[in-house]
Amino acid sequence: MGKFILRRVGVMLLTALCLTFGVFFLTNLYPNLEKLAKTQGNFRMSDEEVQTYLNNNGYLQPMVAKYGQWLGVLPGYVIEGTDGKVRAKCAERQQPVEEVDRYCGILQGNWGYSTVIKQPVAGIIVDKLALTGILMFWVMVLMVPAALVLGVMAGMREGSRLDRTLSTFSISTTATPEYVSGVLFIAVFASTAVGLKWFKGTATSAMDNVTFENFFLPVLTIAAYGMGYIARMTRASMAEVMTSQYIRTARLKGVSFYNIVVKHALRNALIAPFTVIMLQFPWLLNGVVIVETLFNYKGFGWALVLAAGNNDIELLLAISVISVLVVLITQLISDIGYVYLNPRISVT
Amino acid sequence: MSKLQEYEGPILEIDGLSISFFTRLREIPAVMDFSVEVQPGEAVGLVGESGCGKSTVALGVMQDLGVNGHIVGGTIKFKGRDLSEMSREELRDIRGNEIAMIYQEPMASLNPAMKVGKQLIEVPMIHEGIGEKEAWQRAMDVVRDVKLPDPERILKSYPHQLSGGQQQRIVIAMALMSKPSLLILDEPTTALDVTVEAAVVELVRDLGKKYGTSMLFISHNLGLVLETCDRICVMYSGEAVETGSIGDVFDRMQHPYTQALFRSIPLPGADKNARPLVAIPGNFPLPHERPPGCNFGPRCDYFEDGLCNSGTAIQMTEIEGDDRHFSRCLKFDSIDWNAPVAAAIQTQAVSKGEVVLKMDNLKKYYEVAANALFGAGGERKVVKANETLSFEARESETLAIVGESGCGKSTFAKVLMGLETATEGQITLDGNSIEQIPIEKRNTQTVADIQMVFQNPFDTLNPSMTVGRQIMRALEVFGQGESDEERHNEMMRLLDLVKLPREFAERMPRQLSGGQKQRVGIARAFAGGARIVVADEPVSALDVSVQAAVTDLLMEIQRAKKTTLLFISHDLSIVRYLSDRVMVMYLGHVVELGSTDQVFSPPYHPYTEALLSAVPIADTSVEKKHIVLEGDIPSAMNPPSGCPFQTRCRWKSEVPGALCEKEVPPMRELSNRHQIKCHLPEETLSLMEPVIKIAAE
Repeated sequence: MGKFILRRVGVMLLTALCLTFGVFFLTNLYPNLEKLAKTQGNFRMSDEEVQTYLNNNGYLQPMVAKYGQWLGVLPGYVIEGTDGKVRAKCAERQQPVEEVDRYCGILQGNWGYSTVIKQPVAGIIVDKLALTGILMFWVMVLMVPAALVLGVMAGMREGSRLDRTLSTFSISTTATPEYVSGVLFIAVFASTAVGLKWFKGTATSAMDNVTFENFFLPVLTIAAYGMGYIARMTRASMAEVMTSQYIRTARLKGVSFYNIVVKHALRNALIAPFTVIMLQFPWLLNGVVIVETLFNYKGFGWALVLAAGNNDIELLLAISVISVLVVLITQLISDIGYVYLNPRISVT
Repeated sequence: MSKLQEYEGPILEIDGLSISFFTRLREIPAVMDFSVEVQPGEAVGLVGESGCGKSTVALGVMQDLGVNGHIVGGTIKFKGRDLSEMSREELRDIRGNEIAMIYQEPMASLNPAMKVGKQLIEVPMIHEGIGEKEAWQRAMDVVRDVKLPDPERILKSYPHQLSGGQQQRIVIAMALMSKPSLLILDEPTTALDVTVEAAVVELVRDLGKKYGTSMLFISHNLGLVLETCDRICVMYSGEAVETGSIGDVFDRMQHPYTQALFRSIPLPGADKNARPLVAIPGNFPLPHERPPGCNFGPRCDYFEDGLCNSGTAIQMTEIEGDDRHFSRCLKFDSIDWNAPVAAAIQTQAVSKGEVVLKMDNLKKYYEVAANALFGAGGERKVVKANETLSFEARESETLAIVGESGCGKSTFAKVLMGLETATEGQITLDGNSIEQIPIEKRNTQTVADIQMVFQNPFDTLNPSMTVGRQIMRALEVFGQGESDEERHNEMMRLLDLVKLPREFAERMPRQLSGGQKQRVGIARAFAGGARIVVADEPVSALDVSVQAAVTDLLMEIQRAKKTTLLFISHDLSIVRYLSDRVMVMYLGHVVELGSTDQVFSPPYHPYTEALLSAVPIADTSVEKKHIVLEGDIPSAMNPPSGCPFQTRCRWKSEVPGALCEKEVPPMRELSNRHQIKCHLPEETLSLMEPVIKIAAE
């Protein structure tokens, strides 16, 4: 088991390296840098001035060198600028060049400085991740049990009226993207359009104090989309299990229908959806971007939109690192959990 | 919850039962006017080919026909109570408690995610309301009763950790947990190897006696029914055609179908040249295309126009003088049941030609990673799939390769075909060694020379290509014919060769029956004029009545084309019938090799002896010596030391000095090219008695 996890962590790190290099490469293309120079300096810079600015700040080094420095495996640059000032990547504000550390990448815990929010990236990430974590937690609390119940109920008697009703419901929720359902929910439950002002159309206040009123709509919007999908998978898996021979064996042993479903079918039927549930985490990140922007909840997704819109390279990179880790860790958990659910698979 | 009250009459009475399945198009009658009685302690066999409705009867008794199936007539009474009038709760009380069922596929009928013990204790906990501890104790006893070693460990394992034979014993144990009065066995041993099958059958018979359980034994294998049952009911196309005691039906049959069935299975004494099998002509009618009158009419030798197809349903008639012996035939009085078989055409044995194929010390080892799922790493193990195979095959000779699953017979076929390359040793075809040339690198002639007929005709034809096109494709690959037209003509000739109508060239594989598909497979194998044909269990997926026809076809083509046939099979009856020489394999070793007579008569290799004893023979005049092998076949990953068979051998004590555990015995020649791999001294071997004796008539 330990060996298996080690190997998976190795693969994970390699994937993270490749993905971050991709993001790094794209954000560091020259047009982006030019835009960055102009936002940092002034918008009327000439081409030469842009060149000088970028060169002085180490942006014109070879891509691999820059990536190595960002990562912290290469020493940070120390450049004597055309203006005679010496700038070092690792220098804190006003710090003399001589006292600066040689390395300062994410490996040294230096995530950089956000050009938009004007704060160190590490702090921003921690705050935003915590906020999104709360959102995700409630989404899971609502989505997973509801989806499993829906799926199992639909799948236990395939083709019945109950099955068809629940299937229609889950197909329609999963076929509605968040930007449609979110707007719909706001219109119906939070606006004067329908008049049911049950919930709030914005979740900004939930950042300090989560209440049912201000948080239910964003949670529901994300959950509804994933729920239908998981319910469909659970239903398919359940329906297949219910036709299998060991269920017939159980039935002809005299086991009651309730016990057939709960004791015999459930564990077998959950093997397939479990992986899907774990795959939903990355998907949720995607939904989070839309929903957080829509409900003005300043979490991880909101920060991503902000960083991407303003070419905030270091924030964007940090967000992508975290996203990659979330995806890969959930996959690791999913594989390990799968082993526990399915006795036929062993990692040892 | 208690059992039903004691009841004096028969345990199960089925009277005039008709079951239909309803589809959107039509009603499909699966069982019609079916009657049978099971007395207390009696075992009744239900025999018929696939699709005859025997499993439907079983599910009817369990009242578990699914959404589409309905009982449209007749009654099923269990201990005098009509099952169809019971409420759902009452039925649930009966299932597992009074009537238990054992299924065909043990692996599929056990819950993979539940430990075996939990599945067992559930039964008495539901039905008798006893506590977990008591139920566990009961489970231990029953598991011991089904002769499983180490019950504690078995109860704590998951089904996939047990072998096929052990799983089937668990299914049997599960059925016996509440001591039911009726046990329904639906092809309980079809998925198992012969030696395991013999042990399971013996177990079922003994337990039936011990617990006094009545049994309904469903099978397509007449030999098994003879060994286990008191009475038999033969079904054909949804109807019972003959019922009676085993003795009456086996020896004094009164229905043409029963007779035809017996004539089409290879019994000892049948011989491919002197006494060939008689295949039943035609095909099994589909449920919605049954003929008027007698269902068997169109295939019957005694068919009489105007009588047998007059359209009125034929009733069962009792045969005077026998014990409850019924036949559904209008002419049974006028048929001379003792007339000798007329239709069989006797042929001359063909003389054998030159040696065409020679194996010399062939070895095939596989390396397997201990952990296959999560990539490489971990230790590697060597599986010795074939160990020192040496033999020769001559022109127009049939060499049978016999053995149970895992004995390496399919690996050998793969190496010969070039799908795998040998680890060591030589295969020579006409003096050229081919063992290291994979199939992609073989020249067209070699590929065309060695061809294969596969076990499962349903999977080996491309479902989206017409039959003719597939044969033409084979011709193209083998470089036969100059133009498409020539190849088309050749394809037609091949269809004639395998006795398929020429119209079949335009048909799709799904429009063909199993036997017809297998004929296409044979035609394809012979497209390039194959000289060596490897037939890997070519008839085991087919119904009994079709098996004979396909076997005969193979023999006939062999006679005409002087083909060398390597016939891989686990069915010793058919091997005895058609082969010239037999090679017995066990765990990758050839343990015995000799002519059919030499192998089928003593002295035997101890494994051959057990194998012969295990095969059920559908002939009441045959006396068999009873040898049951203990345990399962060891895994090829972890073979026993010394002789591969020593763990199950009953002669082991005859060899001094525990030699069997230390050394692999050498191959030695007993008499004229009869080879055997055994440590037993000459004297012991010569004392061996024949396993199968045909009682003097």
